[in-house]
Amino acid sequence: MSTTSTRDVRKAPPARKGGAPPTRTGRRREFTTRRGLVIAAFMAPAAVFVAVFTYYPMIAGSQMAFRNWNLTDLTDTSWVGLKNFREVFTDPAWGTVLDNTLLWVVGSIVPQLVIGFAIALWLRRRFPFRGLYQALIFFPWAISGFLIGILFRWLFNSEFGVVNDLLQKAGIIDEPIAWLADPQTAMIAVLIANVWYGVTFFAIMILAALQSIPDELYEAAALDGASRTRTLFQITIPYIRTTLALTVLLRVIWIFNFPDLIFGMTGGGPNNETHIVTTWMIKITQQGDYGKASALGLLVVAILLVFAVFFLMATRERTAAARGSGKRGART
Amino acid sequence: MIGKETTAGRATKFTFLGLWLIFSLFPLYWITVTSLKAPGDIFAFPIAYWPERFSLENYQGLFGTADFGTYLVNSLVVATVAGLVATAISTLSAYVLARFEFRTKSALLMAALVTQMIPSFIALGPLYLLMTDLRLVDNRFGLILVYIAVCVPFCTVMLRGFFANVPDALEEAAMIDGLSRLGALVRVLLPVMRPGIVAAFIFNFVNCWNELFLSVTLMNSDGNKTVPTALNGFISSFNIDWGSMSAAAVLTILPTMVLFAFASRHIVQGLTSGAVKG
Repeated sequence: MSTTSTRDVRKAPPARKGGAPPTRTGRRREFTTRRGLVIAAFMAPAAVFVAVFTYYPMIAGSQMAFRNWNLTDLTDTSWVGLKNFREVFTDPAWGTVLDNTLLWVVGSIVPQLVIGFAIALWLRRRFPFRGLYQALIFFPWAISGFLIGILFRWLFNSEFGVVNDLLQKAGIIDEPIAWLADPQTAMIAVLIANVWYGVTFFAIMILAALQSIPDELYEAAALDGASRTRTLFQITIPYIRTTLALTVLLRVIWIFNFPDLIFGMTGGGPNNETHIVTTWMIKITQQGDYGKASALGLLVVAILLVFAVFFLMATRERTAAARGSGKRGART
Repeated sequence: MIGKETTAGRATKFTFLGLWLIFSLFPLYWITVTSLKAPGDIFAFPIAYWPERFSLENYQGLFGTADFGTYLVNSLVVATVAGLVATAISTLSAYVLARFEFRTKSALLMAALVTQMIPSFIALGPLYLLMTDLRLVDNRFGLILVYIAVCVPFCTVMLRGFFANVPDALEEAAMIDGLSRLGALVRVLLPVMRPGIVAAFIFNFVNCWNELFLSVTLMNSDGNKTVPTALNGFISSFNIDWGSMSAAAVLTILPTMVLFAFASRHIVQGLTSGAVKG
């Protein structure tokens, strides 16, 4: 983790030609100072922007969680301790919001992972127009979550929506379904939209990892007469386990923090029944209760941190076990 | 997978890949078809999968009654400038993070990761107050500054992956030939990395082009609105005018799709290089 700053002399700028060779320690110190200056100068613009416009507001926003911060009445912004958190937990909507968030994360991740994995396996072998195919299925990624919500809101429109029309033509339903008017079908609809959007990311990450598996492993497995399923579970998956774990972790964090799609598609409705934590946070922010919204935000961070730590511990153990039995992780 | 494929296996594979392609493209096809129907035909039965008569009325309405041209220009200016500056700044920080070992390095990388973990809404209130103090509310320059900060962390991580692919012997040779470190970076490394840098810029551009919540918060007047803010305005009213909405959606999506088609290979490389190599 921490590396001493003198370790990397090789990468320091070479001494000027013609000058008298300085003593070893003197040269090192000169390198160290110059390196330090280069690092500081190159990092400074990025650091300043992120510190001023991202970290400062985030930290200032975090302390609002412990204050009585309401836009409707700013005369009293005093310290209130954990009152905002208590308000969150006692809000009647909180249970639904938590259930929806869990459903949103799991119901998005699992199909995205499974379909993305399948597509990656199928794309591994070259075929005509494979590049074009990849470019085409990459398109959903160019669209904002908010706009995806709007696209699918139109597709799932109860009267003029094409989804109902297609299902009726196929004889699957007799009457049009008011998808977004019923909380249950609305959750199904937003999940379909998110799967549409997110599969590509899994596919490209897994495909890249698959391409790092040496062909010899498969050849050896084929010689041993291993079946396709066995090859998949005993070679492919263990080999790319680290990439899989990291991708899932990243996606869980993003999907948790991804109110845009639901915001555009249902706006949390009907009757606030499709809110996840982050869309609920938007709603509370719009009502002006920054203290409560901030408390929600901190809860999100806490949940994600706990999840990340447990997830990393669990997957690291398994990766280590896989290494111990002679298989290498994709991370070399 | 690498062994022989059976005919049945191939059939399954191409069936599924074909179905997924149709599923991927259909929503885009549908919004385009909707936008090209005459406003009355959008709400006509039976639903037409190919417009009986093509009409540009929805598009004309956007530029006539709504001021969509202004929103497009605003978005274009903000996304281009913020995207360019963020790419330049991130190139510098990514270079340092790829080439040097130093004590605070892992802390800096962690700081970049944390920005992805915190819901942006927690920062909106204080950011609004900060921008008010700086007199940069409802100001395109102010929005550009904020967008740069939004783009920098991920762009840095992405570019760092590209730098790792270029041997450092390259700039060492240039520096022995008398170039400064910055000179070596600009004149020797950047030309080699051009595809990666273009991809990073496109990624930034698309992110800024698509950004909604910050823009809604910071831009109040109609003349300063960006495209996503305008789209949001279309749905704040209870009924959505799907004619204008579909045309606006097509105009919003089209530029980003063209850019992604142009750079998708390099964006993919940028996204995967970090995670796969670890």
